[in-house]
Amino acid sequence: MAVDTTLTFADLRGDARRRRREALVRWLLRGAAVFSLVVSVAIVLALVGEAFRWLTGIDLAWLVGDGWFPRRSEFDVLTLVAGTMIVSAIAIAVAAPLGLGAAVYLSEFASPRIRRILKPMLEVLAGIPSVVLGYFALTVIQPSIVQDVFGGTSAFSLMAAGIGVGILTIPLVASVSEDAMHAVPDALREAAYGIGARRRTVAMQVVVPASVSGIVAALILGLSRAIGETMVVAIAAGATGGGLRTLNPLGPGQTMTGAISSLAIGSDQVQGSTFAFDSLFFVGLLLFVMTFGLNVISERFVRRVRRSY
Amino acid sequence: MSTIVASDEVRARVDRALRGKRTDVPGRVFSTVLLLTLLASLAVLGVLLWTTVDEALPVFRERGWDFVTSDTSSLASRAGVYQGLVGSIILIGFVAVIALPAGIAAAVYLEEYARDTKLNRILITNIRNLAGVPSIVYGILGLVGFVQTLRGVTGPGGGQLGLSYVSGGATLAVLVMPIVILVTMEALRAVPRSIREGAYGVGATRWEMVRSHVLPYAAPGIFTGAILALARAFGETAPLLLVGATTGFFSNPSGQNALEVLQGFYTALPTLVYSWSRLPRGDWGPNVSAAIIVLLVTILIVNAVAILLRNRYERKW
Repeated sequence: MAVDTTLTFADLRGDARRRRREALVRWLLRGAAVFSLVVSVAIVLALVGEAFRWLTGIDLAWLVGDGWFPRRSEFDVLTLVAGTMIVSAIAIAVAAPLGLGAAVYLSEFASPRIRRILKPMLEVLAGIPSVVLGYFALTVIQPSIVQDVFGGTSAFSLMAAGIGVGILTIPLVASVSEDAMHAVPDALREAAYGIGARRRTVAMQVVVPASVSGIVAALILGLSRAIGETMVVAIAAGATGGGLRTLNPLGPGQTMTGAISSLAIGSDQVQGSTFAFDSLFFVGLLLFVMTFGLNVISERFVRRVRRSY
Repeated sequence: MSTIVASDEVRARVDRALRGKRTDVPGRVFSTVLLLTLLASLAVLGVLLWTTVDEALPVFRERGWDFVTSDTSSLASRAGVYQGLVGSIILIGFVAVIALPAGIAAAVYLEEYARDTKLNRILITNIRNLAGVPSIVYGILGLVGFVQTLRGVTGPGGGQLGLSYVSGGATLAVLVMPIVILVTMEALRAVPRSIREGAYGVGATRWEMVRSHVLPYAAPGIFTGAILALARAFGETAPLLLVGATTGFFSNPSGQNALEVLQGFYTALPTLVYSWSRLPRGDWGPNVSAAIIVLLVTILIVNAVAILLRNRYERKW
């Protein structure tokens, strides 16, 4: 019997409409993915462009002084960096022990039932908006910890802001480092148990050293988050109109994020003066560079964990 | 044949060595300390909720729903969160319309289509870094991009500054998009290979395979991630300060059409919390706490919806 049709190349390629739709969908999806690259290029361009314009407009001597007073054209950047460093150091001092302790407990000690109860509660803490923590820092942490325990006297302080930011950072540190501990193969734990190690020994001498890159990554990520946190500082650190350079955590102070937000809402009445308002672009660029650098470093550590197991 | 008989002392020692100490006291102490670090974090959460409810209770007791349905006011006893609540819901609408489709599409491309090329690797690293950029930097992007450059689209009448819903919503959408992409990629990665091969086996093209097999399977994960991203956008304050959420008092002019509303003044619930927290605490403290309660309850409802949806669409394969 003769075959009355021959199979052509067109048959193998299938329906033309279907092929066109396939190509269209592919381009749409690809466009969405490339959009993210566009966004980051836009961020960099916006920040670099505006910061450069500001820098060329001002007298560079304004960048060094006694404090950050944009209204008086005193842009001592070191004031902001010092404030940010104090707040993030306090935040990490709070978040590192609490976050890592919680992670070790959840990963190595908690029974599955306790884990099922406690872990979602930690996630609830992660979902609390930062304005809420800011108000808490101002109304509870400041009077009952900074004033009563450390003897602070002002209504605002870098320390209250730092503790607030630290509380916000705990869930992040806990979850990233717990993931790293979870990735440690059970064979390592079993080998240790096999030669008679106790739980505590397994946790501290096997699991923690094996996941140290992940733990470091969690701390760096926490630091980056603390540097970029805005609302807690804007509410609890004070110094909205500007401030002198200070290293005293018990007093009010200004951070990079705090300076940007107070310029933005115009609590300095500066919106008319270009130099003052536009300084936020320069501070923003500095903030972006710092957090971006930390994120890249942390990513490198995480990749090391992934490669080893 | 002689047998070796162990002395009583040897027996006792071997016995003790085998059994070990009954209770490992330092071990117990250690695990208790770890548990305490976890409980300390949760205790903070408890204190936070308790002090807030405690301060907010009089407001709800005296005013009830009136607090939720009143506009902003310069009088603490009259001020309510209505405009903030509506504003936040409209902003979230923007985020849902822009960031969810775009984010899910980008994730599908990266997970299902992209080959391991240099460009695609840059894209993924880039998205991961974008997720770590502080939210206030997105605010600066929104200020330069949407408020200043695109003011013709975002501002009223195409002339004034574009401090509007459009700018705020677009900024928040850009902010949560990397998060949506990352959680969606995670959900797609969890779909077993055999499901994809099943679709290919009956002659599906790649997109048909994704639409009919992969997306339904990954839907619960994508839903949960998407809704968590929306909840995050709901509580976000810092970028809105830069793109013009009003921190003062204002009244909505009546008789505007939808476009005029979207290009007009706006505020959001977390922005109200912030601006009220800067006012004298004696009068405004209870209002701040009450607004925080409204904010937290809304976020809780959003999360509960996420869990319900996930349970409903979760399939067993």
